[in-house]
Amino acid sequence: MASLVVRRLLYLLPVLFGVALLTFLIASLLPGDLATVLLGDQATPETLAALRHDLGLDRPILLRFAHWLGEVLQGDLGRSYRTGQTVVAAIAERLPVSIELMLLAQGAALVVAIPLAIACAVREGGRFDRIVTGAAFASLSVPSLLSAIVLIWLLAVQLQWLPATGYVPLGEDVAGNLRSLALPALTLAMGEWPALMRVLRSDMISTLKEDYIAMARAKGLRPARVLLVHALKPSSLTLVTVAGINIARLLGGAVVVETIFALPGIGRLLIGSIFTRDLVLLQGVVLFVGIAFVLVNLAVDMLYAVLDPRIRHGGS
Amino acid sequence: MAAADHAVSAPDVAAAEPRRSTGPGLVFWCALGWIVALVAAAAFADLLPLPSPSDMDLLERRAAPSAEHWLGTDNLGRDVAARLVFGARTSLTVGLCAPLIGLVLGGAAGLLAGYFRGRVDTFVSGAVDVLLAFPPLVLALAVTAFLGQSLLNMTLILGFLGIPVFTRVARSATLALAQREFVTAARALGATHARILLHELLPNVALPLGAFLLVAVAVTIVVETILSFLGLGVPPPQASWGSMIGEGRESLDSAAWLAFTPAAVMFVTVLAFNLVGDTVRAITDPRRALRS
Repeated sequence: MASLVVRRLLYLLPVLFGVALLTFLIASLLPGDLATVLLGDQATPETLAALRHDLGLDRPILLRFAHWLGEVLQGDLGRSYRTGQTVVAAIAERLPVSIELMLLAQGAALVVAIPLAIACAVREGGRFDRIVTGAAFASLSVPSLLSAIVLIWLLAVQLQWLPATGYVPLGEDVAGNLRSLALPALTLAMGEWPALMRVLRSDMISTLKEDYIAMARAKGLRPARVLLVHALKPSSLTLVTVAGINIARLLGGAVVVETIFALPGIGRLLIGSIFTRDLVLLQGVVLFVGIAFVLVNLAVDMLYAVLDPRIRHGGS
Repeated sequence: MAAADHAVSAPDVAAAEPRRSTGPGLVFWCALGWIVALVAAAAFADLLPLPSPSDMDLLERRAAPSAEHWLGTDNLGRDVAARLVFGARTSLTVGLCAPLIGLVLGGAAGLLAGYFRGRVDTFVSGAVDVLLAFPPLVLALAVTAFLGQSLLNMTLILGFLGIPVFTRVARSATLALAQREFVTAARALGATHARILLHELLPNVALPLGAFLLVAVAVTIVVETILSFLGLGVPPPQASWGSMIGEGRESLDSAAWLAFTPAAVMFVTVLAFNLVGDTVRAITDPRRALRS
């Protein structure tokens, strides 16, 4: 187990380095550097050159990358030139919103997906299975954009049950906070449950054909116990992977959903930095999102080893 | 964003569940028919008896469908049907061209990595992991925002973003194929690397790549719509489904159909590409051929 962790970490180092390099290149090679953005219309070639020199932008790109990487390694992602806030503080301020949204959406998706998948797997090929599998396939083609406007129209405009916009912080009003996150979380969950349901269903179907399940049934164990205790855990490996990828992705903010519902999460921070050409902020947020994705995936791999003893002992 | 990435993970999921039916059914032909009709409408949009997609008629805003405006008019009095057809042109141009870029470059990289393995594979797989670590939408947004919004830029960026996934598909197919007897035989006959890659491996890798291409088209159309919705797609007044949905959202309480019509057209199109892709994959799946 320990050697597995070490091996994965060693492989991750070059990947993390690549993530940092790509992030830096995106922000550096795009036309319009920080000096032109700062000076705007009043820029003359002389003032531009002077500011570039002050900011160190006239140094060779490799040197600038090394300098930037050194600061990043010390936990300094720079400051937004617009608000003066440090990038780390900006991310820390927005991250809880994205995390809460991610947890609510994943929770809702799993609550729908797990029972449906078990019910489908028990009667594979039955009418219920065919209807749910068909619905899942169709749902995979529904972009979050579409589910968002349908949900807003139905639950906010027509029925007026939930607010369409207006984020309420958790600290102010817990019920109001949950109400303001309900539609965005539902929108995300609509896109997540089909994939979760499908992988759990097909893994469950093959698990249920194993001898030890027949054995458990033959011993006279209650069917619910066989399904939930004996079959669910070994069937949940792929489910964990898919859920893990979703979590990793949503940590980087759900750009579309946060924009539609005006939630102050990481996704909105990113879009904002793009529209205001806040290069330092953009660079910092993209780096954070990329690293978070890599690390969560590592955690999922580790969880795999916990769930499936064969990976710990056999294999390599 | 969620949906775009979901559709990426969909093929792995779907591949695990082979179809039971023997031939493509009615649903497949309906989906194919819709795609053909849409491509034809987009290609010959100028010849169709449609009003201009950008002419505004401020006296006839949000009009109900009529003989003159088949699907009514939008917030600025522009013809919805015409904007849908010209929007299809935008979506299909990006949706069909961008995955081709990913297919060619990603396919080549995956083929080389899977065949030569060793250092080439380490480098290619590492680069793919780096690219996949970035949420695709984030890269697309950042680059379009700075390079400027145009159809060409968007196609190039979305094409670039498709490379890692195609690389993975091609690499895993090649890894399996390179162990097979026909490759060993070709090598024993003294075939060069280039000959083995192009004549032995490429035709076999092309099948899974081609099936995946259709799914990639669906994903790309969704991403294009999202970019346009966020205001980072093709510049106005050029029509696109995403900007139509974005404009329609403003009047969701008074004229909901303005958002629902383009959204429905996009949904049906994406579903159609997914359905056709799923069927093609099921037909070309070697495991299925072995079983039957």
